[in-house]
Amino acid sequence: MKDWRYWLAEQRGTLLALGIFIVMFVIYTSNHPAGFTANVVQTAANKGVLLAFVAMAQTLVVITSGIDLSVGMIFLLTNCLASWLVVGTPMQTTLGVIAVLAAGLLCGAINGAIVIYGRLQPIVATIATGAVYYGVGLLLRPFPGGSVNEDLADAMTGRFFDLVPASLVVLLAVVLLIWVPFSRSVLGRAAYAAGSSETAAYMSGVPIRRGKFAAYTLAGLLAAIGGLFLTFFTYTGEAAYASGNAYTLFSIAAVVLGGVSLFGGKGSAIGAIFGALAFRTIGDLLFVFDFDPLWQPLFQGVILLVAVSLGAFALFRVRNRLEWFL
Amino acid sequence: MDGAAPLFRMEGISKRYGGVRALEKAELTVEAGSIHAILGENGAGKSTLIKVMAGVVAPDEGRMMLDGREVTFASPGAANKAGIVCIFQELSLIPELSVADNIVISDPPKRFGMIDRKAQRRIAEDALARAGAADIHPLALVKDLPLSRRQMVEIAKALARKPRILILDEATSALTAADVSKIFAVLKRLRSEGLALLYISHRMNEIAELADHCTVFRNGRNVASYKAGSKSDNEVVELMIGREYSHIFPPKPPAAAANAAPRLEARKLSWADRLDNISLTVRAGEVVGLGGLDGQGQRELLLAFFGVLRGLSGEVLIDGKPVTITSPAAAREDGIGMALIPEDRKTEGLMLPMTVRENLSFAALDRLSKGGIIDRATEQRLIDDMVGLLAIKTAGLDIPVGALSGGNQQKVVIAKWLMRQPRIILLNDPTRGIDVGTKQEIYQLMRKLADAGAAILFYSTDYDELIGCCDRVLVLYDGAVKRELVGAEITERALISSALNIHGEESPVGLGAEA
Repeated sequence: MKDWRYWLAEQRGTLLALGIFIVMFVIYTSNHPAGFTANVVQTAANKGVLLAFVAMAQTLVVITSGIDLSVGMIFLLTNCLASWLVVGTPMQTTLGVIAVLAAGLLCGAINGAIVIYGRLQPIVATIATGAVYYGVGLLLRPFPGGSVNEDLADAMTGRFFDLVPASLVVLLAVVLLIWVPFSRSVLGRAAYAAGSSETAAYMSGVPIRRGKFAAYTLAGLLAAIGGLFLTFFTYTGEAAYASGNAYTLFSIAAVVLGGVSLFGGKGSAIGAIFGALAFRTIGDLLFVFDFDPLWQPLFQGVILLVAVSLGAFALFRVRNRLEWFL
Repeated sequence: MDGAAPLFRMEGISKRYGGVRALEKAELTVEAGSIHAILGENGAGKSTLIKVMAGVVAPDEGRMMLDGREVTFASPGAANKAGIVCIFQELSLIPELSVADNIVISDPPKRFGMIDRKAQRRIAEDALARAGAADIHPLALVKDLPLSRRQMVEIAKALARKPRILILDEATSALTAADVSKIFAVLKRLRSEGLALLYISHRMNEIAELADHCTVFRNGRNVASYKAGSKSDNEVVELMIGREYSHIFPPKPPAAAANAAPRLEARKLSWADRLDNISLTVRAGEVVGLGGLDGQGQRELLLAFFGVLRGLSGEVLIDGKPVTITSPAAAREDGIGMALIPEDRKTEGLMLPMTVRENLSFAALDRLSKGGIIDRATEQRLIDDMVGLLAIKTAGLDIPVGALSGGNQQKVVIAKWLMRQPRIILLNDPTRGIDVGTKQEIYQLMRKLADAGAAILFYSTDYDELIGCCDRVLVLYDGAVKRELVGAEITERALISSALNIHGEESPVGLGAEA
């Protein structure tokens, strides 16, 4: 009878992130000189999807109660790689895209192997591999440059039927083709189980290692999709250290905004996508209200704190202090 | 039984952990269609034995035979596939997943490569019904369920795996009396369906009711095997502890402290919908029990005294003076001097990876330090006293407390509070899942502390303990004190009937409400 209430409780984080995003986006478009037009949405989508892909990647790892500090660097590395490979005839371009995605998978698989089989702490392992990936990216592109198949790039950053931003369609496709199957598969459940209670999962005969490995590997793939899109937007490859770090940290912020628990076992990549889009909208809001861009980091920080505090309000209602620690 | 190979047999199984021998050439034979009880103190090797059976640890030597064929299990999953399913004492449920997710976790139903949620729901509902727990919603998250419900989910999860051999390791320790009787009916039905059940429990009455066959373990060896009912309880306990067994409960003083001043009082204490107008008095030198079914507000009452609950109404008095206690740190201060031995020693009582020494000192750090620096000499002296007083068996003070046996861990929890010489001691089911020998020591210690002037409030799910240890027992039902039993009135019959809120023969005085 009350099935929907359980469903609601499960989706609360995602719905909260959706709510925050909608409120911010409505404020943004209603104050935008052009208003809610296909153009405005397209620009916002193109800026938003980059962080959305990286945040999805982060979600997969965070669900296993790990953290991936190399996602931003995989994002950069694949950007540099794409600026070499995703060029030429349609055939060459296709092969290039496949190679870039494979590189992302490989980076993720290396992370997974080190964390799971090497038994290193995720935070340390991914700081190290992140530095390595950045180093490779820097060797590929010591200076910003390169190019990309512009037909593909324009199609991916343009609009379908002159209405729907193509980048959003790809994001939706990635959700349907990667996230949904993963979250409903045995491996996905194993990833959640390992994040929630690894001992209990082991005792129940859950394939913990395969689940976690799949999570790390797919995280690499998602970061690479983000890297491809970065190339489509910029037409170049650049190993920009600060940008990589920013994406890593923002992805964690987006994940938290999206209701994914950093303790693992709880949350959805869909929540993280809305978290990422909301986080990106902060900068746009400053723009329409004519603030100096210098204020952006400060405002992002404040809004992140406020949003995360929303989730903490429940603590004020706790009457048994032991529940603070659960 | 004769002729054909037994369903499962272990021969010459040995297992060492470092220098400690957990199992030494242990043998066990399990027949289909019977319930086999395993008895022994904690540390006797029972847990290791079943961990070997369930594929959690690999034995150093020995062999296992299933249907007469030798088998080895590389993981719990492999043992499951062979039909050996274990319900572990430490629950193996995943808190952030739903009940249904948990029930099918080791082998979810699949459709197009993805988990089939409808089929999963059906399996879960079916398994919950089979376990007699149809009241649990399959979509509820496990972390939102109370301990007794989780244990029912654990049992449902085991049944959903269609086991041939089902191992229950203290699987009823947190269950209410009503659930236990449901589970017993389930277990008996499974036996008649031809399953082999291994039943591990410290509760003799459960074993007497269920078991067909018993095996006693001591020091890693099986010391005796016998048909259930062929030995008296005293004989069995002697086999378990390997020494003469007498007077498990210390004698009670004749008219215990009836005239002493009240140390701890509650007046009309209410909290949320869990505590309802509770008034009680505990005098210095008294052991007062809290009885009733599990989850009737006993735990909340103890937490209320200890300053954990917010929004409490009513009054708490210490030595006749009203006090407001807002945190455990305040509760342990000198004017109050309260200690709480929590229910779950692993999460609320101990920091498992930290050493025995550190754990012992935590509650008394303020007394052991000057200007923020811990005085190692004083600490050492107090710790030595406690280790001696409680006879804590440990290989050293600087090993992680998680390496001790359950009984010794519980002693550390108690010792940590005794380092402050508390005047009021609250105990929340302190003997759950620990062995007879340690239980006996804890009973003696409680009486000794009361005799030295402490006021003790003692919640237990074990009626024998309440009868054996308490001067008075307050029976809670639905957050309210339904009955007070004094001295000789504390009988199993009176405890059970008031726990179920039905009037026994010696009807309680004017406590309204028909059941």
